[in-house]
Amino acid sequence: MAIQRAIAAEGKVDAGPNWLLRDLMGLAAVLAVAGIGYLLFPNNLALLTRITAIALLVLSLDLVTGYCGIATLGHAALFGSGAYAAGIAAVHFDITDPFAMAAVGAVGGAAAGLLAGAIMLRGRGLAQLVLSIAIVYLFHETANKASNWTGGSDGLAGISPDPVFGIFGFDLWGRTAYVFGIAILAVVFVLLRLLVRSPFGMLCRGIREDPVRVSAMGASVNGTLLRMYAISGAVAGLGGALNAISTQVVGLDSLSFTTSAEALVMLVVGGTGSLFGALVGTLTFMWFEDFVSAINPFHWLTIIGALLIAVVLFAPNGLYGTATQLLHRVWNKR
Amino acid sequence: MNAVFQVNNLNKSFGGLTVANGISLSMEQGDRVALIGPNGAGKTTFINLVTGHMPPDSGSVALRGADITRLGPTARVRKGLVRSFQVTRLFSDMTPAEHVALAVLQRTGRSGRVFGNFGAMPDVMAEVSEGLKALGIDHIANHKVSEIAYGQQRLLEIALALALKPNVLLLDEPAAGVPQSDTSRIEEALAGLPDDLAVLMIDHDMDLVFRFARRVVVLAAGTIIFDGTPQDVAKDARVREAYLGNYANARSSV
Ligand SMILES: Nc1ncnc2c1ncn2[C@@H]1O[C@H](COP(=O)(O)OP(=O)(O)OP(=O)(O)O)[C@@H](O)[C@H]1O
Ligand SMILES: [Mg+2]
Repeated sequence: MAIQRAIAAEGKVDAGPNWLLRDLMGLAAVLAVAGIGYLLFPNNLALLTRITAIALLVLSLDLVTGYCGIATLGHAALFGSGAYAAGIAAVHFDITDPFAMAAVGAVGGAAAGLLAGAIMLRGRGLAQLVLSIAIVYLFHETANKASNWTGGSDGLAGISPDPVFGIFGFDLWGRTAYVFGIAILAVVFVLLRLLVRSPFGMLCRGIREDPVRVSAMGASVNGTLLRMYAISGAVAGLGGALNAISTQVVGLDSLSFTTSAEALVMLVVGGTGSLFGALVGTLTFMWFEDFVSAINPFHWLTIIGALLIAVVLFAPNGLYGTATQLLHRVWNKR
Repeated sequence: MNAVFQVNNLNKSFGGLTVANGISLSMEQGDRVALIGPNGAGKTTFINLVTGHMPPDSGSVALRGADITRLGPTARVRKGLVRSFQVTRLFSDMTPAEHVALAVLQRTGRSGRVFGNFGAMPDVMAEVSEGLKALGIDHIANHKVSEIAYGQQRLLEIALALALKPNVLLLDEPAAGVPQSDTSRIEEALAGLPDDLAVLMIDHDMDLVFRFARRVVVLAAGTIIFDGTPQDVAKDARVREAYLGNYANARSSV
């Protein structure tokens, strides 16, 4: 009994009220940043919405990379699958309700996640990384060839989602799309924070550290990872669907190697394995990219490269990871 | 004839090196068997073979009468065959409480839950505190494993295995790497293992072996050369030759 109380009091096993507070603060931060963005950049809501969609992709990547330890350079395959699923549902099947489109995107992403996961889990280490690249190229080629369905390299156009709740139309300023996106992000973020603390989340963290130990505890390693891949696919698919809904077009770049690699870079910039880092990384990278390419359209890639090197050298755990580490140190000194 | 654990004619070689040479062994409820033998005799390999972590060339393994040879390692654990590792395998950024909780959740079919937290599951918390207290590591329940002493990590390995409520427990050198001052804790833990559990322990520490075991099995070059009481093992000429000659060696390498 004493230990039970000790555990609850210390809150270190994430069982106390500590984490709840942290998650609520996280949620508040997301909403606050979203509100500030809305007020500061009312004419740039399209960019903010795209950041929101990519944030879902990077959160999804954090689930498999940060929590399960699987490095992948093909994660946009899941994002793009969600985008095409939502787009095809709207264009070919007349499913134009935005919530229905988002749901279709999530299902499409989850299906792609199961497929990608089933292939990925055949390999380990470097072979696995190569498999992930093969997967995103295959998805890309499939979308390119199936142009009757996807519009091929021209992209899938003609997506016109219905107004949200039949009231808020997707207008030229992108206000509806932005609020819709932030709402999805906020809900997903809270659900994922619950997920990573659940028994299932603990099991995944265990697998990241030592799959042999997990199997010696009687838990199925591949079954667990495949399940996480499906969940991750649903999240990425939601991001893809949001992108399809807000831009009303789906292009091949949504399931490209470049998008996959950028997502991994954003995750590393922010820090893996906290979900907070994924958000920080996406926002930092995409804002920086936009800002730098505007002031110097010729050398922006160089500057991005310099940012990456600086982060890796001076904040090896990512911006969020390193910041919390510093805070802990300061806290402990008091 | 109510063997809980039965190994029949197990064979394995790595290239030209035979590490399991027709090993047969059976254990009953409550058995306390020590498996000893010189370094490289194939003791750890034996555990890997019977737990399914490594495929044997031939032979069979049965648990409570049912053949489990074709099952994978996770399925064998679920049937009650649990092992520990010679070199501690723990999750460095989790706490002892989390380790034991995960084992309890796994055993009770709740490790796949995507919502909720073990902190809010009273039965799990009760087992966690009980399990850690049984091994005297409840005071460090909430420290990260990377921050606790190696001897305590070894105790956690045992707590983890016990939380899976095994029928057969295979311990691979539970005291290896533990400073002399802490081995008594491990010994207490071994003495306190459930009576109905069949335990096979590998160790090089003869004092520990003699205090723990009611039966000693000696493995040399993949072959069982002795299977009998602790009293007889020291008198056996083959054992002396194969093993006790290396005793000093073996001890210093621990
Ligand atoms: N995967 C493997 N591939 C090739 N050889 C192996 C493998 N695993 C073990 N061996 C060899 O098999 C022999 C037996 O190894 P094992 O680890 O079973 O010995 P052990 O009796 O546990 O020794 P120790 O007391 O040192 O732990 C050793 O010679 C070892 O090098
Ligand atoms: Mg060994």
